[in-house]
Amino acid sequence: MQQRNKLATFEEAVLPHLGAAYNLARWLTRNDTDAEDIVQEAYLRAFKFFGGFHGADGRSWLLTIVRNTCYTWMQHNRSTELSIPLDDELHEFASKELNPEALFLQSADTQMVRRALEDLPVEFREVLVLRELEEMSYKEIASLTDLPLGTVMSRLARGRKRLLLALTNHMHAEVLT
Amino acid sequence: MSCQRAQELIHGYVDGELELARSLEVEQHIHECDVCARTYRNQTALRSSLKHDSLYYSAPEKLKNRIQSSLRKESRSRVSQRAFGWRWLTVGASLAFMLLLGVAVWRFVPGSIRPSGDELLAQEVLSDHVRSLQMPGHLTDVLSSDQHTVKPWFDGKVDFAPPVKDFASQDFRLYGGRLGYLNNRPVAALIYQRRLHYINLFIWPAEQASSTDQVAIQRQGYNLIHWSGSGMNFWAISDLNGVELSEFAHLVQQGQ
Repeated sequence: MQQRNKLATFEEAVLPHLGAAYNLARWLTRNDTDAEDIVQEAYLRAFKFFGGFHGADGRSWLLTIVRNTCYTWMQHNRSTELSIPLDDELHEFASKELNPEALFLQSADTQMVRRALEDLPVEFREVLVLRELEEMSYKEIASLTDLPLGTVMSRLARGRKRLLLALTNHMHAEVLT
Repeated sequence: MSCQRAQELIHGYVDGELELARSLEVEQHIHECDVCARTYRNQTALRSSLKHDSLYYSAPEKLKNRIQSSLRKESRSRVSQRAFGWRWLTVGASLAFMLLLGVAVWRFVPGSIRPSGDELLAQEVLSDHVRSLQMPGHLTDVLSSDQHTVKPWFDGKVDFAPPVKDFASQDFRLYGGRLGYLNNRPVAALIYQRRLHYINLFIWPAEQASSTDQVAIQRQGYNLIHWSGSGMNFWAISDLNGVELSEFAHLVQQGQ
């Protein structure tokens, strides 16, 4: 009886966030099937630890578990993606190169944006997805990813620079062909 | 406001994360400076190009059903486990007594401890250690015997500063560092070398401030020693013999 109540409460609090869970897992893994498996696994984990959930924000709580599940999975399956580059090579880019005209950017189609975002290293991709698609605040992202606020801010800035550069390059290439 | 400062703050401005006064300063600067104005326009354009609904992956309908049925199954198996336990206790006093006796023996026989948090962690430590040695180039992310290179490398990658010390004079040479993932969190992994043996030392912040003594265990031929102190958890693992690994663990513990 108690179990059934727990299940009902759990489903009510956590199941509505399935969309957010899948979106995050899909962006992190870049694969439909893997994302589905990870989300299912994350829900089972979440159910096990549901006793420890007292907060009001079911989405952040679930997404933290989804992210952890993704990282564990990536460590086993795609450990090369997790190596963080030591230096930020983009520091060297002149600011002019990173300053294309906004109008030009507006002609970027969604496919192009999707590809550019998918090509970003995972640590930049995740903060951008959480910020732009989940519309989370810096503070929420920091607590979800267990990163200092400053790191979240710098990853967002660097991720955007890389994204902008990638889009500009794509569009230049398209203009030329 | 300088351009450099404005460029730093522009993301916070676009995201609406700045305090009002700061926000007004950036706004003022954008009005006066063409370069920063262009950065601002580009960032706004970039943001709006990310606002397409089609970039948001929606979960397939069947996934919800799949999750619900796996949750039901999980929930049912827990209920039946409990019912099963109760039936056992009602079988008879003698049987219950034997069961208790069994539990008592079970607990006193070393190596057959119930799976606890530490046991699960030991498994994670073991598999991370084995994996780090299996794949070429996987052992270290930063290869250096210099503690002043290894320690700053962790800066910005983990949210704590792991104590890094070289014990080359005691013949435990610092070999490098790596990011690990244990106990549902990123951890620092330091690699030490003695002769042909590698030692992985995993470090992450402890939840409790109190120190715990060193506990040595063996798993699949590997020696593991774990303890906590100075607000950190430590797990050392190696194929090195127990005596030398314990020597290493004491060096680390005293070196903090």
